[in-house]
Amino acid sequence: MTILLNKDGLRSRVRESDLVKTVRKRGVPYLLLSPTAILMLVFLVYPLGSIFYFSLQNYNVSKPWDNGYVGLGNFITMMHDALFWSSLRVTANWVVAEVSLQLTFGLIMALIVNEAFKGRGLARAVLFSPWAVSGVLTTTIWLLIYNPAVGVNKYLADMGIGQYGASPLAGADSAFWAAVLAELWRGVPFFTILILADLQSASGELYEAAQVDGAGRLRRFWNITLPHLKNSIILATLLRVVWEFNNVDLLYTLTGGGPANATTTLPLYVARTAITSKDFGYGASLTVAAFIILSIITILYLRLTKFGKGL
Amino acid sequence: MKSNTLEFTTRDDAIREECKRRALTPGGIAKRKQKNRDRFLLYGSLTMYVIFSAVPFYWMFLFAVRPSGSTSLVPWPMTLEHFRTVWFGIGFGVFFKNSVFVATLSLVLTTGVALLGGYALARYQFRWKAPFLVAMICTQFVPGSMMLIPLFETFRSLGLINSLTSLIIVNTVFGLPLSIILMYGFIRNIAVELEEAAWVDGCSRLQAFRIIMLPLLRPGIVGVGAFAFIDSWNNFLFALMFLNVQDQFTVPVGLSYMLGDFSVDFGGLAAGGVIAAVPVVLVFAYVQKFLVQGLSAGAVKG
Repeated sequence: MTILLNKDGLRSRVRESDLVKTVRKRGVPYLLLSPTAILMLVFLVYPLGSIFYFSLQNYNVSKPWDNGYVGLGNFITMMHDALFWSSLRVTANWVVAEVSLQLTFGLIMALIVNEAFKGRGLARAVLFSPWAVSGVLTTTIWLLIYNPAVGVNKYLADMGIGQYGASPLAGADSAFWAAVLAELWRGVPFFTILILADLQSASGELYEAAQVDGAGRLRRFWNITLPHLKNSIILATLLRVVWEFNNVDLLYTLTGGGPANATTTLPLYVARTAITSKDFGYGASLTVAAFIILSIITILYLRLTKFGKGL
Repeated sequence: MKSNTLEFTTRDDAIREECKRRALTPGGIAKRKQKNRDRFLLYGSLTMYVIFSAVPFYWMFLFAVRPSGSTSLVPWPMTLEHFRTVWFGIGFGVFFKNSVFVATLSLVLTTGVALLGGYALARYQFRWKAPFLVAMICTQFVPGSMMLIPLFETFRSLGLINSLTSLIIVNTVFGLPLSIILMYGFIRNIAVELEEAAWVDGCSRLQAFRIIMLPLLRPGIVGVGAFAFIDSWNNFLFALMFLNVQDQFTVPVGLSYMLGDFSVDFGGLAAGGVIAAVPVVLVFAYVQKFLVQGLSAGAVKG
């Protein structure tokens, strides 16, 4: 490395003992990284470890007289908790629906805005913009759309489609899909942006060669574009699975997990246990369960897709 | 991967020949028709999706500016009455100030610390470099909602509940890993020789960094800063958990309480939404071009 030829050569007139010199030279990167390391250790690693400790405690802020070590008690409660099991099912549906739809639309849109056409800059800006919007704001917007009295439903009923007073958030199934649509609106740009970035690094030569060989549009997509995008799609999908798994903001404010817990995902259950019922012990146990599930999914996914090979 | 010039020209020629041949044959006309159909399909689906992206924003805007009780679908006549109610009556003026404070300090802290770390990773060789990078990537799989309980406990023992400082710390901690990885990529893309030239001319490392590197790093710093700003502006769950006093609320928390008694005032709710949207949409519009280029430049690829 060229760094070894650095200014120490020029500074050699200043006399320093070998030890001080070594510390100076070796210590600099650690010194520069120390703020990051300290922040991470205090506010990420330590709290993360403490979850496992809390999960073995009876710890409810509003019922301090009951607090104390319970061993695996919380986990036994969890096994008999119907809401825990139903939240797992909802989480799976939610993640699969969101990620697959976002990937499909994100990929299509990335391919389209990668083409050259008039007004591309503006089209991109509009397409990307929902990405910057928070979960609470998404809820605000979509509640105004879904509201039975003033929302889209009213205007449709004015035209004779459907009936007045119907809200997609009222039924269990329709509430789930209404939430999926709102999150889809916000989530597609993530895939569009990442895939578009990768598309721009694809070499034009390959496409030209394929065109000369007479490969059609679909063939070119299947044999050139998709293999080129493979790694970024795998990475984006994985990040998104984790992200949607933990997406609490939107569901917490849009449906609150209802109706009848039809949209209560596991992390939402955790958030409600922590914020509303202040049962930190049980909440920590649910968190440990979520953590284990997420780790297993991540490892399996990386194994199955052989990510990183040939990078 | 560079092919030589000879190969290039022959391939170009071949394509040109092919184009000529196809254009003249009857098949060429069918090809052109196919092309028109492709264009139509492309523009059609693009237009539909652009409408899907834009209409929800328009819908909110409509509610925010039309007088209460109006059902018009065009924002005319316009009124600022809802903004006044929300800003002065409900306290969005205070929420907005809190959000700006938190987001700005988070931005400065995240970018500054990431700059130091990114420089260390890009310009020095040391034993813990690879493990450190791997650890940074691993943190991306530790989700916020799982940190609610333990972080609440941590901040309570530090006496930082109901203080905006706790939010700034949380935003920085969650924003740092990605910021450091991005910054590492940006700095690595700048040739070391530029810095070395400055050292030879008698600059210290710090001077060289300030004079040579900072100007070159501007796009990267702007990008990382924008991410940090948007993320902290949007942070909701921790703000909801840590802040219980109304004059400490940030915009998303204020908005969520309005959602609670939602049936009352749609215009006010929409106006609150517009207030929450404007800063991030502006920042995003400014950096979105850079976003694709920056990621494409290999910043995220190992």
